[in-house]
Amino acid sequence: MRWLIGGAVVVAGGMVARRLLGGTDQGDGHRQRGQTQRRGPRWHVATVNRPAGDVAPGGQLPEPLAGLGDAVEVQLRPAPGDQGTEIAVRLRDGSRLPVAAAARRATGRDPEQAIRAALRESKQLIETSEVLHPDYPPTTEPTPMNKPLRMATQQGRREGRL
Amino acid sequence: MKALVWEGANELAVRQVPDPQLRNEQDAIVRVRKTVTCGSDLHLLGGYIPFMERGDVLGHEFLGEIVEVGPQVRNHKVGDRVVVCSFVSCGKCWYCQHQQFSLCDNGNTNPMITENVWGSAPGGCYGYSHALGGFAGSHAEYIRVPYADQGAFTVPDEVSDERALFASDSAPTGWMGADLAGVKPGDVVAVWGAGAVGQMAARASVLLGADRVIVIDRLDNRLQMAQTHLGVETLNYEQQDVSGELLERSGGRGPDVCIEAVGMESHSSGPQFWYDQVKQQLRIESDRPIAAREAIYNCRKGGSVFVLGVFAGLVDKFPLGAVMNKGLTLRGAQQHGQRYIPMLLERMARGELVTEHLATHTMPLDEAPRGYDMFKQKLDGCVRAVFQPTS
Ligand SMILES: NC(=O)c1ccc[n+]([C@@H]2O[C@H](COP(=O)([O-])OP(=O)(O)OC[C@H]3O[C@@H](n4cnc5c(N)ncnc54)[C@H](O)[C@@H]3O)[C@@H](O)[C@H]2O)c1
Ligand SMILES: [Zn+2]
Ligand SMILES: [Zn+2]
Repeated sequence: MRWLIGGAVVVAGGMVARRLLGGTDQGDGHRQRGQTQRRGPRWHVATVNRPAGDVAPGGQLPEPLAGLGDAVEVQLRPAPGDQGTEIAVRLRDGSRLPVAAAARRATGRDPEQAIRAALRESKQLIETSEVLHPDYPPTTEPTPMNKPLRMATQQGRREGRL
Repeated sequence: MKALVWEGANELAVRQVPDPQLRNEQDAIVRVRKTVTCGSDLHLLGGYIPFMERGDVLGHEFLGEIVEVGPQVRNHKVGDRVVVCSFVSCGKCWYCQHQQFSLCDNGNTNPMITENVWGSAPGGCYGYSHALGGFAGSHAEYIRVPYADQGAFTVPDEVSDERALFASDSAPTGWMGADLAGVKPGDVVAVWGAGAVGQMAARASVLLGADRVIVIDRLDNRLQMAQTHLGVETLNYEQQDVSGELLERSGGRGPDVCIEAVGMESHSSGPQFWYDQVKQQLRIESDRPIAAREAIYNCRKGGSVFVLGVFAGLVDKFPLGAVMNKGLTLRGAQQHGQRYIPMLLERMARGELVTEHLATHTMPLDEAPRGYDMFKQKLDGCVRAVFQPTS
């Protein structure tokens, strides 16, 4: 079950944090398969509502993606049905040990997280000319109950199914 | 500044929080003049949506005056009296450009929560938990409005604050339900729920030419209100046989369009209420879909059912068999306000759409916890409690 309402927020929050950090696009079964097969890095793809010329004018990718440098491969292709341009990004070197990957992910240092954030931020820059920031200063305060949720939202745009 | 904050399930408090700041060039800061309770807040209040933090400011349906604008705000200036759409949408992504504003790709700063829970992320919403962006809500003296050119609409002089306030959320929600359900002249439309959202859906159906519009609830004051102010028929489900009445009033066919405007905390006098209530409290199902089941059951063959009520997750005993075998079209959405608000303000100016009667109780922000209590318990005929933070 994906939906994780707990009787208490702390329960729900804890599960949510685990879910968010663990990812859901690959269920446990997939993850185990992935571990044994060491499947290569997957493409992370976002569609931007602009023609390719606006996505990389003069071949220059937007800063968040350009900043990933040679660590990633980037492909651009027109999206079908006039939906703009698909930007596909994947790590060049995928032969990472799953254990190390999980640890990096939990500490927010997984390169796949950086790819997601760069893709989302680039899409926003191209479509809206800025990256939307959360409200600041916050009106909330940390409590033992909301700790898991705060941990999860700190990952901002770095997690999710992208 | 002063704000109404969520302190925990069923715990609210008015306290001091930091003033909002411009964070993006397309932001504005609005001084809130009126801000109103919504049925959606009750789901947060009750702890049914587990993405709230202590200190989150509630409220998403509001009207006020612009006091500060970012350098990229083009259509608004300081001093404008604006009503603001409850959803935060960029206006530029594919969904916004196709008028599906609540599905905006860019309006939610925490897309991962809803991507994981629902498969993909809708846009952001003020005061509606960290799943929808964690934006501070409008039950406060001031609020930050991102993408101000897209989400804030100048109110015509001839429309009062009291009327325009509901162009923020309940009126566009109701209109969207009738519009996207395909209400057309000659239709029989049934609406479950006589709260502000159901009433606005019913009025929209009338204005779109429906032949008969029937609003269903158990609260007599709300049903009376619908008859008086909207010119529609009503059914009290505690006193009347809803299925039989709907067949009788639609020539034995069943309503062409059924609009659900109740949501995940649906009530019923039958045993199914206790069944769903127990399962919801044990967290075996997250939502009680009682009115949604009825809407599907009563809809005519080939008809259209629209779910306006908010559902968060999983429901039980969902009549998929009726949907499939009767060839129904089932749709739902968070409201695409930016698509409808200018038209609604014009209709408000012409007097076609009145909303003031919904504001049954108006009070200073300091009394907001009492206002929510009245709204939640439906005490003293409360349909909506309006707070005035800065009067
Ligand atoms: N889709 C959107 O964008 C959007 C926007 C605003 C509100 N909403 C949702 O719309 C719903 C209604 O909002 P509201 O502000 O009018 O709430 P409300 O609580 O004022 O009204 C709900 C009404 O439903 C009635 N009701 C309960 N069970 C019923 C049943 N089985 N049959 C018929 N009526 C029943 C209640 O008596 C009440 O009058 C909520 O779920 C809210 O979250 C959705
Ligand atoms: Zn609402
Ligand atoms: Zn958008």
